[in-house]
Amino acid sequence: MTHQTQAPEARRPDRAALAIAVAIAIVAAIITYSTATATGGSATRIGPSVFPYTIAGGLFILAVWTAFEAVRGDFPEREEQQVGPVIWIVAGLVAQMLLLHITGFAIATGLLFAATARGFGKGPLWMTVPLGIILSFIIWVIFAKGLQLSLPAGPLERLI
Amino acid sequence: MDSFTLLAHGFAVAFEPFNLLYALIGVTLGTAVGVLPGIGPALTVALLLPVTYKLDPAGSLIMFAGIYYGGMYGGSTTSILLNTPGESASIVTALEGNKMARAGRGGPALATAAIGSFVAGVIATMALALIAPAIVRFALSFGSAEYFALMMLAFMTVSAAFGDSTLRGLTALFIGLALGLIGADGLSGQVRLGFGIPDLTDGIEITTLAVALFAIGETLSVAASKSLGEDKIEPVKGSVWMNREDWSRSWKPWIRGTFIGFPIGAMPAGGAEIGTFLSYSVEKQLSKKPEEFGHGAIEGVAGPEAANNASAAGTLVPLLTLGLPTSATAAIMLAGFQQFGLQPGPLLFATNPQLVWGLIASLLVANFMLLVLNLPLVGLWVRLLSIPRHWLYAGILVFATLGTIGANPSTFELGMLLLFGLLGYFLRRFGYPIAPVVVGLILGPMAEIHFRRALQISQGDLTVLVSSPISVILLLLAVCAVVVPLVMRARGKGKVLAALAANED
Repeated sequence: MTHQTQAPEARRPDRAALAIAVAIAIVAAIITYSTATATGGSATRIGPSVFPYTIAGGLFILAVWTAFEAVRGDFPEREEQQVGPVIWIVAGLVAQMLLLHITGFAIATGLLFAATARGFGKGPLWMTVPLGIILSFIIWVIFAKGLQLSLPAGPLERLI
Repeated sequence: MDSFTLLAHGFAVAFEPFNLLYALIGVTLGTAVGVLPGIGPALTVALLLPVTYKLDPAGSLIMFAGIYYGGMYGGSTTSILLNTPGESASIVTALEGNKMARAGRGGPALATAAIGSFVAGVIATMALALIAPAIVRFALSFGSAEYFALMMLAFMTVSAAFGDSTLRGLTALFIGLALGLIGADGLSGQVRLGFGIPDLTDGIEITTLAVALFAIGETLSVAASKSLGEDKIEPVKGSVWMNREDWSRSWKPWIRGTFIGFPIGAMPAGGAEIGTFLSYSVEKQLSKKPEEFGHGAIEGVAGPEAANNASAAGTLVPLLTLGLPTSATAAIMLAGFQQFGLQPGPLLFATNPQLVWGLIASLLVANFMLLVLNLPLVGLWVRLLSIPRHWLYAGILVFATLGTIGANPSTFELGMLLLFGLLGYFLRRFGYPIAPVVVGLILGPMAEIHFRRALQISQGDLTVLVSSPISVILLLLAVCAVVVPLVMRARGKGKVLAALAANED
């Protein structure tokens, strides 16, 4: 789905849409396989496998239908995308996810804040990172102290 | 007891000082977040759900009611003053409202929207209070087969009936249904699609999915878009008050909009958009000055805005009386109930009348607060609108992750958030609707339980699903909801349906 060429002209097979059809079919296959090999649970008259098989069947049909529309070029035209900003934002989310329990909420979330701003073209990082950390720290105080949400604490949060 | 006695009891709950405070906090936060461009009511309630985690059920739901109505109000401010509407239901408001603002009549546009929303909110909430007991009595006779049929209808109207493609609507629904399979099966306890990961046993958290699809998906798709045109904010010039002519041209559209919006919201047909479009075309036809439409006709703001709010109240009818969410917003509200182990539906009216009627009364209170808050604070909301995009989306992501971390501070949950955020981006990129995914996730397991219960009672006989006239009618309607739009699109009338599409709500 990283297909980044020009938007396809009408009546030409849409490769990205074909990829979606394949992806849907794979999901259906995974559900079927996982259901067929599942064990455990108490016995019921209508077992826990009826719905998964039905949904997998539905997904197979939708995959075929998607492939059909892809070949006919029925998908709406897509505007070209910039990859850079997406990478910045995803990197920010990954950084927050990995650092959350190491550096605590404020630093991890501050990095996410700065990376997102960078994705929208706002820098420099030496300014946005501290800004994000201060902001996240204030949020941590309000939500962890005020509303008693369990937000992970790190070195910064332990100062108070 | 009749509705009014019950409602009076509800007011006793709503007027408790702390509950009033919760409602006030709810409407303020709801408006503030709803005003932010790009944030619709569904995302507003999903983002603010964590604020309510630590309250008692009544206080939490009252705050939630305030957030819901506040988010709707905030969206209309955005669409009048900014060219890009913050929520799909307000698109029509943007047509006329933004033109009025450009002509220097932003004040009266905001005023007619606010007062119209108030009028509609009050009438529709009263209507909700009046018809809810009747529907509850009717619904008590529903068995599992009827509920299953009802859910099939909701699935089809939410996914296939509107939007520009049956295929993509259904695919989105099935993605939601597939995600709903994950975790321990409600009846047998078997873990399905767990892949040996313990975190998956409890299933996918609806708020994680909704926040990821709406907040992160939207952020990624705005960031990736190359056409980053600057939105122009129209300053509010002159008086915010309406003159005599404005009043005389507004009050009838308010009433008409209410009576168009409420029934549409109350039917399991999904979304507030249809009502606003209908109201707009009705006002255009009835107007004495049809030439003003498209250039800032006040009726074109008053009617749709009233219809919008009335249908927001209407959505609560199936949600409260049947436990049936018909929009993404309602699905998240259902999750708000479920965090306290409450299941909306006819039984909740019997077991917890204080809570239900307190909630309904709070809707009226919230409406009144919004009227008082909104007009004087317009300057503040305008300033919120002018937050630069980079700070806005950075803040949205901070709050989106905050909610997830607050509910479950695990690396795994944040990983899910990222994964679904990317899913949301690709869904948007390829023109798939978002709401069916959310509704499918929450309704899928419920539909399955009803299906299996019905078959358990009938000893596996499938005809039980069509043994009552109600289920037959509901199932036939569900089939129509798929087939009629398919035929319409094949005949080249798809544009009408696409115009009614629910982007967000």
